[in-house]
Amino acid sequence: MKSSVIIFPGSNCDRDMDVALKKFGFENQMVWHNDAEIPKSDLIVLPGGFSYGDYLRCGSIAGKSRIIKSVVNFANSGGLVLGICNGFQILTETGLLPGILQQNKYLNFICKNVFVKIKNKENKYFKNIKKEVLELHIAHNEGNYFCSNDELKSIEDNGQIAVTYCDDKGNDDEPNNPNGAIKNIAGIFNKDKNILGMMPHPERMIDPFLSGEDGSLFFENLIGNV
Amino acid sequence: MNEVNEQMAIEHGLKKDEYKKICDLLKRTPNITELGIFSAMWNEHCSYKSSRRHLKKLHTKGDQVIQGPGENAGVVDIEDDDAIVFKIESHNHPSFIEPYQGAATGVGGIMRDVFTMGARPIANLNSIHFGSIDNEKTRNLLRGVVKGIGGYGNCIGVPTIAGQTCFDESYNGNILVNAMTLGLVNKNKIFYSKAAGVDKPVIYVGSKTGRDGIHGASMASAIFDDKIEEKKPTVQVGDPFTEKLLLEACLELMAGKSIISIQDMGAAGLTSSSIEMASKGDLGIEIDLTKVPCREENMTPYEIMLSESQERMLIVLEAGKEDEAKKIFDKWNLDFAVIGKTTNSKNIELFFENKKVAEIPIDFLAENAPMYDRKWIKAKLPKENNFSKDDFKSLKLSDCLNKILTDPNIADKEWIWNQYDHTVMGDTIQKPGGNAGVVRVHGTNKAVAASVDSSATYCHAHPLTGGKQVVCESWRNMISVGAKPIAITNCLNFGNPEKEKNMGEFVECVEGITEASKYLNYPVVSGNVSFYNETKDKGIKPTPSIGGIGLLSDYKQMVTMELKNDGNYLLIIGKTEGHLDQSIFAKNILSNHNGPPPEINLFNEKQNGMSILNLKNKNLIETCHDVSLGGILTAISKMSIKGNKGVKIFPIEGLINKFEYFFGEDQGRYIIEIKPEYLENVEKILKKNSIHFDKFGIVESDKITYGNDLKISIGDIKESYKKWLNEYMIN
Repeated sequence: MKSSVIIFPGSNCDRDMDVALKKFGFENQMVWHNDAEIPKSDLIVLPGGFSYGDYLRCGSIAGKSRIIKSVVNFANSGGLVLGICNGFQILTETGLLPGILQQNKYLNFICKNVFVKIKNKENKYFKNIKKEVLELHIAHNEGNYFCSNDELKSIEDNGQIAVTYCDDKGNDDEPNNPNGAIKNIAGIFNKDKNILGMMPHPERMIDPFLSGEDGSLFFENLIGNV
Repeated sequence: MNEVNEQMAIEHGLKKDEYKKICDLLKRTPNITELGIFSAMWNEHCSYKSSRRHLKKLHTKGDQVIQGPGENAGVVDIEDDDAIVFKIESHNHPSFIEPYQGAATGVGGIMRDVFTMGARPIANLNSIHFGSIDNEKTRNLLRGVVKGIGGYGNCIGVPTIAGQTCFDESYNGNILVNAMTLGLVNKNKIFYSKAAGVDKPVIYVGSKTGRDGIHGASMASAIFDDKIEEKKPTVQVGDPFTEKLLLEACLELMAGKSIISIQDMGAAGLTSSSIEMASKGDLGIEIDLTKVPCREENMTPYEIMLSESQERMLIVLEAGKEDEAKKIFDKWNLDFAVIGKTTNSKNIELFFENKKVAEIPIDFLAENAPMYDRKWIKAKLPKENNFSKDDFKSLKLSDCLNKILTDPNIADKEWIWNQYDHTVMGDTIQKPGGNAGVVRVHGTNKAVAASVDSSATYCHAHPLTGGKQVVCESWRNMISVGAKPIAITNCLNFGNPEKEKNMGEFVECVEGITEASKYLNYPVVSGNVSFYNETKDKGIKPTPSIGGIGLLSDYKQMVTMELKNDGNYLLIIGKTEGHLDQSIFAKNILSNHNGPPPEINLFNEKQNGMSILNLKNKNLIETCHDVSLGGILTAISKMSIKGNKGVKIFPIEGLINKFEYFFGEDQGRYIIEIKPEYLENVEKILKKNSIHFDKFGIVESDKITYGNDLKISIGDIKESYKKWLNEYMIN
């Protein structure tokens, strides 16, 4: 299985993602933002970081970068595109995913473990994961997901909510919302579920010596379904 | 051009006799650009004129030391061709004036010091000191500094793995922001700042030069007064995005063979970087300032030379490699300009618009810089307090413990480190909040532990003992995570060296650091000095911050501090005499601030530490935590809270008062958790090595109990420990 991780100037989780993908069996390659073409891939990943310094708005300049046209074409033809953290922000900036990511409700950067509830398993990203609740890790300043009421209705109707912040029992209510995201949304799909954007970093949870191992479940499942 | 006179020299922070020396050396009056250069190189921050003769005494040698003090950072060998480059540096003065940018550029500056040597930064740490919690500025300064540290480090993508935060009224007018970075490098590919060879191109890379930070280094060498707000323009502005690009571009260029020497433009910008490179290489340097990329119009030679704009580097390249290097910086969208060349004149020669605007022999600026033997006075060891039974009569253990756990210097700091990305790079195996942060050496079985410590209270009470104590504390933190202590970096924050008392504090702290680091074979490989932490005649307490690193040859052998399993035994390693003077208990409960700090016995320190490592290597230890501020009961509470496990404490043996036993701050002690089946063996080993230990208790339930004297639930102490900072920051 072939994957490509796009490096933007300012990306800083590109190596971590590369390590994770390779650990679970992907043949991964790194692609520079200024390239026009993406090598043949089964999965494209937009990693976390501060692309172009996140100046103007998080992900906005990356959303206009040279490589993005190829990413959009790949996604529109049904290819799997995964955006983590800044990658999620970039996906909303390109319009591949609805909504936006605002500054966290309490205005602070947050780096900690969180639990997320899997809301939809009818897709390649979560299909065979046995758990309902995963322990993942967030590290962001702008993860407060927001969209209009119409958009919210539409993403709920289409089962586009991927994961929501919750406690270890799966209660995805306000006390378990770290950043103010609408409906506790931590990640969403496009309508066809081939694109996933999420704030938590599964690539930081792939080893018992790190913050946890539930990221391993994510990648094991993903390679099994690609 | 402005006529230079003595008054202008004084306004540049130079003393009258220093100005005279400049004129004598040059045999003429300097012009304004030259005066600026002298003032930048001769200020305390750059010249170490008050500290140099004392710093020479530091213990800097060791088997693992590849590079000691004198370079951009120290380097130590961690086997298999891997080396760690590390250093701590202060950014105190700017952070007080503008906390966000001051702290952010502090982090940026220290990271540049590390990647200048060819190392990829793998961990950041910091030690931050603020005024009293009742001071109206403290909250905003804390918020700004934390945001600044996070804003910069998070963006670069280097985890902030440990730190230390203190509050004390002596920092009301001068906060301390000390930032530390560790980088990983192949020991055969280390880059140095020493230039070599004549007619080699001198390259400027990174951000453009602006008017920010002009005289930053002079500001850091002066005391504050009422006009402090006017100093805001001297604070640099950071751009972590550009630094990230600069980091990647430099490492890409370093993978080739075109660099002769490289130096970041830190304090005193282009001035100190160019002069240091030439001075170390015993060369001259010629720079055409017209070629320096500037972001503002009509910048004068004076401004260009003294700007402290961030994210800039100076490189001496092999001749003919300019195009190859330029391609890399173009790829990363960074400025690249050939601005001069090395010469054999041994002078720095500056040109601007085809005119020579300055010429100074380099040794006037480096070797001939002033050096002072400042007067200092030796501190007396204060008299011990004699606490009587009556002092403890009405006290309850649980009340004392709860009060101590909400002391700002003890209480949990999660509010701070949750704002730092501590997990990026995917190798953080011990997060902030433990004895030390630990990161794996990427792709190997090794890991590096790091911590920062300071104990201004002890140093203030008796500088010599305090200096020793900080080094020991750092050493203990390494031992506690199961790492072999390797080396330290020190950031020496003091008041005005022109005052004999402050100078004495400096001299004796350095002496203490030297004694302990020599005995423990824990050498100092880098550091910096920050004097003049004084506002309106009030200086800070002497605050040496020690950043230590240690090595775990197998990261799976790392030890953590949370209690593990019911039924396990707890031992206290090291003897408890019940030293309460200068303790958190004395201050909080007895309202006593007098007396000597706890004594340091280096023999016991070493024996105790080595025996813990020995037990760890035999896999006999489940958990370890050193006993520091707040004594045994505070330490055990933190272990309980982290592990969510209670402890039944056995009756104390001997005649010691229970408050002294539980809250005394005797040094060289650890608490270890042992499985019952290993207890006999562990006791045997300890006895054989003549290590004093107390059988302290057993892990059980969800309460800490001591006979009828103490019964407190983990939930309650957790609440005390966790709530203080959150509540403080919300108010």
